[in-house]
Amino acid sequence: MPDTQLREVRQPKAHDSAIKQITGEARYIDDQREPAGLLHCYPGKASIASGKVVAMDLSAVAAAPGVVSLIKVADIPGKNDCSPIFGDDPIISEGQITFHGQVIFAVLAETRDQARWAAQLAKVEYEEEKAFISVEQANSNDSTVLPDYQMGRGDVVVDLAKASNRLQGHLEIGGQDHFYLEGHVSMVEPGEDGDMLVHCSTQHPTEAQHQVADCLGVPHHAVEVRIRRMGGGFGGKESQSGQWACLAAIGAKMTGHPVKIRLDRDDDMILTGKRHEFEASYDVGFDNQGRIEAIDLTLLGRCGHSADLSGAICDRAMMHSDNAYFLPSVAIHSRRLRTHTVSNTAFRGFGGPQGVLSIERVMDHIASSLGIDALEVRKVNLYGDEGRNTTPYEMEVFDNIAPELIEQLEASSNYQNRRAEVVEFNRKNKYLKKGLSLTPVKFGISFTATHMNQAGALVHVYGDGSIGLNHGGTEMGQGLYVKVAQVVADSFGIDLERVKITSTTTAKVPNTSPTAASSGADLNGMAAKIAADEIRGRLAEFAAGLFQASKDDVRFENNEVVVGTERLDFTDLVKKAIFARVSLSSTGYYKTPEIQWDVATGTGKPFFYFAYGAAVSEVTIDCFTGEYKVDRVDILHDVGHSLNPAIDKGQIEGGFIQGMGWLTTEELKWDDKGRLRTHAPSTYKIPTATDTPDVFNVDLFKGDGNRAETIYRSKAVGEPPLMLGIAVFSALTNAVVNATGRMPKLNAPATPEAVLLALRDGDYLV
Amino acid sequence: MPSISLTLNGRSVSGEVETKTLLVDYIRENQKLTGTHVGCDTSQCGSCVVHVDGKSVKSCTMLAVQVDGSEVTTIEGLATGEELHPMQEAFRQNHGLQCGFCTPGMVMSAVDLVAGNPDISETEIREGLEGNICRCTGYHNIVKSVQAGAKAMGG
Repeated sequence: MPDTQLREVRQPKAHDSAIKQITGEARYIDDQREPAGLLHCYPGKASIASGKVVAMDLSAVAAAPGVVSLIKVADIPGKNDCSPIFGDDPIISEGQITFHGQVIFAVLAETRDQARWAAQLAKVEYEEEKAFISVEQANSNDSTVLPDYQMGRGDVVVDLAKASNRLQGHLEIGGQDHFYLEGHVSMVEPGEDGDMLVHCSTQHPTEAQHQVADCLGVPHHAVEVRIRRMGGGFGGKESQSGQWACLAAIGAKMTGHPVKIRLDRDDDMILTGKRHEFEASYDVGFDNQGRIEAIDLTLLGRCGHSADLSGAICDRAMMHSDNAYFLPSVAIHSRRLRTHTVSNTAFRGFGGPQGVLSIERVMDHIASSLGIDALEVRKVNLYGDEGRNTTPYEMEVFDNIAPELIEQLEASSNYQNRRAEVVEFNRKNKYLKKGLSLTPVKFGISFTATHMNQAGALVHVYGDGSIGLNHGGTEMGQGLYVKVAQVVADSFGIDLERVKITSTTTAKVPNTSPTAASSGADLNGMAAKIAADEIRGRLAEFAAGLFQASKDDVRFENNEVVVGTERLDFTDLVKKAIFARVSLSSTGYYKTPEIQWDVATGTGKPFFYFAYGAAVSEVTIDCFTGEYKVDRVDILHDVGHSLNPAIDKGQIEGGFIQGMGWLTTEELKWDDKGRLRTHAPSTYKIPTATDTPDVFNVDLFKGDGNRAETIYRSKAVGEPPLMLGIAVFSALTNAVVNATGRMPKLNAPATPEAVLLALRDGDYLV
Repeated sequence: MPSISLTLNGRSVSGEVETKTLLVDYIRENQKLTGTHVGCDTSQCGSCVVHVDGKSVKSCTMLAVQVDGSEVTTIEGLATGEELHPMQEAFRQNHGLQCGFCTPGMVMSAVDLVAGNPDISETEIREGLEGNICRCTGYHNIVKSVQAGAKAMGG
């Protein structure tokens, strides 16, 4: 459909639940009316990181007030596993403890307080074993969850040896807790025939369905997983929401009662995985302009005690360690390290951010060593024309708009004048120093596991001309539901308000992929359009018959059907169609074309296209304390032709702040016993309203739309903007370089403490 | 169990309540008003903010027995019938929400914060909202919403 006929798509429509959310009517799972007889489940946790349970006395737990039953590993009727792929995540430990906090039993009680209280009364004896907590411990002991992997091209050893300049560096990258405002929660209602209705706050209803069915030992058809909305997900509810649904379902099967489980925030942080910590080491050769001639890069990922999604996450880190730059001779090595900590998982960017940050550190390091502005180094390294347009995994960068986008942002942010002002400011000030940085993002869109790039939808047209819309995507605040509804409304030429968005459920659309990889609107928007267009086609054919016209002459616009000079209200046409026995319900199915990946050679076209963006960040650091302020941020981001510019800008703003938080204030600390010491917002600092830049300009890139054939030529927007936050980290690095005159040992997150230590390490004001 | 009486969203309610019951649990479980959310369980995130005698309070920080004799307003009591409160309207118009979980607390905090101060500065708003965490929006549209809401509420 040409853009001129779009009435809802491209409009800045409000989030589908906006009014319900501001009036308190929107129901999250814990807000649903509780069914009669509801029991509350709570897990009992291991208090060591590594070892065996020698004895477990649960008599005090069982005798506690309100306790109805205990769930022990022997009570699991089917498979004791809630892993997404590898079968290595027990729902309840079978005696071997692999991280501090691991579930060793669960309690069912009349109230949540009673269950929580009782769960702490277990007397457990352990035989402790050696625990690997840090990246270094795991790496030096070759402790891995999956085999090492590498990709690249050229003879890097030879090319490094003959490079004009060469340097080595190392960067530690911290993890990140999702801190979705709604923690993990599930409520399970048993039905007849052993059926279970599972309300689960999950980005992956299909996986939760499989896990619940498998742990109960029933067919998948016996389990329906339903989710209307989540209070945030960010990847944390992709593979790690199933465990809680499983525990509740086992409890429901044992007792015949409905069962709810809602983790306390501290336990949510202790018991569920986070963004992977990484350590990057590089050896890079470059010419006198800073253009990379060869690079050898090693990425160590701290995966935690099980594989979870770590294979694909570490792959994506490797595939993004080029970011927007051409690396002519390159070797990328990846290790997937096993530590005795919670299993790290998907988090917005899925490894990509760690890869991008690694190469951006290289850019800053090269610039610092040559004494030139890092933006010049970044520019000479950008992907370009033939000969400089293939990634390390041999995919052509066919849609490279990074040079143009950076040029526009450089001008609109007044970068060059501000660079001069920063130099002048730093000349005049000894105790305050400024840093300025422009960093780009190029992010590959598609699941790297090719088979996951599929989606289904189900559209019904009812007799009054209202539409029921369902698809496999889940709503976690990102605005997927309203975007897909806009698409469907335009297929029928009707108002958005006539489209009812219904809860995501495995009973309507089966075998779905998670809402992840930024792919929600790309996949589900296309599937819903295919379903709607199928019905529209039937209606068009019927209307053509009514007016003795050709099907191609039928138009749907302004809630009417127009055939030549004849006009008919959409509802009237629908009524006539039902009377004439026309089916007004259809599924839609979409799979992303063109993509493929060869694991053996580490080459292929894993992405349908790339999304681009760039950010300029200016910071001021206090060299006495290490404290800093983000003075100004300018963002230009590419969303193709936007389906909904208001929603997209919200994703960019929120993604940037989340990325900035990851690299500045959000610090996860484990002690040597493997205990997470930052398990509440009191100690784990996510950005608040005062942590944002003083000046914050966000614009959408005005280009020619997505060159790949996506839904109305839009681009995915969920993850890419998170990496815009790297501009703040880079600006902080620049400020320290401006103070000390040399490249600092500044790791992420660059907390004020870390900045102060970096200044001291550079002998500044010592 | 002690007995309490209060005005909840303009309606008189009374009944017995356990001394250890938190105000948020009383609101959500006893009164079935689930717009007030529990985000962090430890009085930090602000998802549970309600008004007690016109002042914003984190309802997981207070016991139900402490509101005996008070007027309590939750997010459900803010609109007048079908007509949204100006602050609610401002959040809708300015896209001041994404997942919506923090929104009720954010709106309740904002209403108290700007009361009597239609020209409140951006800095005052940001500092006033430090006790309300949002993980989705980056606060940009929330601050815009609160500024617009303050204007619409007037002096």
